[in-house]
Amino acid sequence: MTDPVPRARQIAEAHRHLDGPVLPVLHAVQAEFGHIPAETLPEIAHVLDLSRAELHGVVTFYPDFRTAPAGRYLLRVCRGEACQAMGGAELGEALRRALSVDWHETTADGVVTLEPVYCLGLCSCAPAATINGVPRGRAGAEALLAELEK
Amino acid sequence: MTLTLYLPRDTAALALGAEAVALRIEQEASRRGIGLNLVRTGSRGMVWLEPLLEVSREGVRTGFGPLEEDDVGLLFENDFTDHPKALGAIGDIPFFARQTRLTFARCGVIDPLDLDAYRAHGGLSGLARAQAMTPMEIVEEIIQSGLRGRGGAGFPAGIKWRTTLETNAPSKVIVANADEGDSGTFADRMLMEGDPFALLEGMTIAGRAVGADRGFIYLRSEYTNANRILKDAINVFSDHVLTDIGFSIELRLGAGAYVCGEETALLNSLEGKRGTVRPKPPLPAIAGFLGRPTVVNNVLTLAAVPHILADGAPGYAAHGTVRSRGTVAVQIGGNVRYGGLFETGFGISLGELVTDIGGGTATGRPIKAVQLGGPLGAYFPPALFDTRLDYEECTAAGGLLGHAGIVVHDDSADMARLARFAMEFCAVESCGTCTPCRIGAVRGIETIDRMIAGDPQAAPLLADLCEVMREGSLCALGGFAPYPVESALKHFPADFNGHRTAAE
Ligand SMILES: Cc1cc2nc3c(=O)[nH]c(=O)nc-3n(C[C@H](O)[C@H](O)[C@H](O)COP(=O)(O)O)c2cc1C
Ligand code: SF4
Ligand code: FES
Repeated sequence: MTDPVPRARQIAEAHRHLDGPVLPVLHAVQAEFGHIPAETLPEIAHVLDLSRAELHGVVTFYPDFRTAPAGRYLLRVCRGEACQAMGGAELGEALRRALSVDWHETTADGVVTLEPVYCLGLCSCAPAATINGVPRGRAGAEALLAELEK
Repeated sequence: MTLTLYLPRDTAALALGAEAVALRIEQEASRRGIGLNLVRTGSRGMVWLEPLLEVSREGVRTGFGPLEEDDVGLLFENDFTDHPKALGAIGDIPFFARQTRLTFARCGVIDPLDLDAYRAHGGLSGLARAQAMTPMEIVEEIIQSGLRGRGGAGFPAGIKWRTTLETNAPSKVIVANADEGDSGTFADRMLMEGDPFALLEGMTIAGRAVGADRGFIYLRSEYTNANRILKDAINVFSDHVLTDIGFSIELRLGAGAYVCGEETALLNSLEGKRGTVRPKPPLPAIAGFLGRPTVVNNVLTLAAVPHILADGAPGYAAHGTVRSRGTVAVQIGGNVRYGGLFETGFGISLGELVTDIGGGTATGRPIKAVQLGGPLGAYFPPALFDTRLDYEECTAAGGLLGHAGIVVHDDSADMARLARFAMEFCAVESCGTCTPCRIGAVRGIETIDRMIAGDPQAAPLLADLCEVMREGSLCALGGFAPYPVESALKHFPADFNGHRTAAE
């Protein structure tokens, strides 16, 4: 795998011309490494002319930015009200039980990370979930788990 | 001869299996040696019929749905006529026939990236007219149309534009708020996936009206499909429409924080900061992105603009009620039989939308309550179903219209659990600036738990807490979280009485 630090520097330099480059850079780094490796932060802060504390504050503010890698599958399950109206809470419960994880956790084998999300814009085909970004409507625990076994 | 078929690539269609259907269609066509032109459109918004395939017969689009891959063979067999999933003409489906589609006129009809189709269906004529007008004339037209912000607060769009127009600055900015964080809402997403040029044209007209040279779309990161489509749409639009207009459009992604839908938090986020709410003044219209005068408008506010310019303000203002002019894109979701997007003039009643158009619950049980206006919106019991969708009337009924999402719950809903969830949501999403929101929401969860456990002292505490949150919060996240809580308590006190068990 590419060394994160020089790559993060490249990414930061490529975005430096933007007005407000910080989020685009963090998204790009995460897209490449699946998370934001801690050792890249000083480098990014340096290129973007921020203090480390400022950048740390930004990274931790936003739920999207991971400081550790997720599992091979990122399973996001909607906890929003439309989904609750269609059994979304029970779905979340069933998945946590089946995977033996709580929200935000990764299974012991490192394969699945379970994240809550508050609405996916699929409120008319609730409950909704995504597996690595692929949307699933009227989602059931069994069908989702079956997809994760593949 | 080529066979032309239309199949959505809207996220809801994808979530219900559109890709598998598309694949089977391609296989079936090639097996039969038929030339295929599979146009991927947005969605018509009849989500219970997705994936909804359409074919054009003598100029009339007829539909088949909800399709599964195994339905495809017979469609070819019968030459797209008789089929158990045949729906007839799309325009005759009652859910569709009853709408007034202005903003969503092209959504589900054309390929969202086909600029020629966009033009052929009336696109760019609003911009052409705007280019022949002075900025003040455009602003006047928007004021005359009565267009109010669709992001929730309902502020008159033309008045906001006038403020920015009248502020002198070397550079001004248009921001499309595409953060669409409210649960129960998806109209922005549908528009961006189904007719992105309408948003881009609206932004360009807004830019001309106020003298802005830059446009940003701040899109929530959860909307990956809209992200892909918008990226392509911006490229096409920049290459073919913006060439000699001094206006550029850039797409930026949020990062999972609900509060970044609030306009000043959004601006902080765009600038690369934590998404905390800024005190007002200054108004963003005067000093927004990097201190520049900035118009922040919801996606649907901006997407309504091309139509208003093309057809004129009076035509638009003729729809709706006295103070809520034009059309509203209602999103019907949750436990509902016919869920989806329904665009209609303001003034339609809640009851007509959920029982008549929505067909009641999906489970077939009685409706217990609907939540109107997102996670910070009030719960309405059936007794209030004669409330009409209009900004003032919803407020008078003790709620808010918000982004016009309606979430239906059947009689199995536990209103105490939903009230608790509202506080939990507020606690999770609080930006942390004010104590009543940051700490109050956590206290709110505890207090509701105590009520459920039967503590008689908890109810007055909760009332006080809601009062403090309402009065002491800088923005509507903390300020409106009491809406769902207090409405649930007011209309369904029995649910809080401790005989039910709290989940989680
Ligand atoms: C917590 C919070 C979240 C918000 N989320 C959104 C949103 O996702 N989309 C939106 O357009 N407006 C949202 N708003 C409203 C915006 O602050 C702002 O009023 C709106 O973007 C202005 O555009 P409009 O006048 O066209 O509605 C939110 C407000 C608050 C307080
Ligand atoms: S009410 Fe909550 S979200 Fe809004 S500014 Fe205060 S702390 Fe932030
Ligand atoms: S509430 Fe779950 S998708 Fe909207």
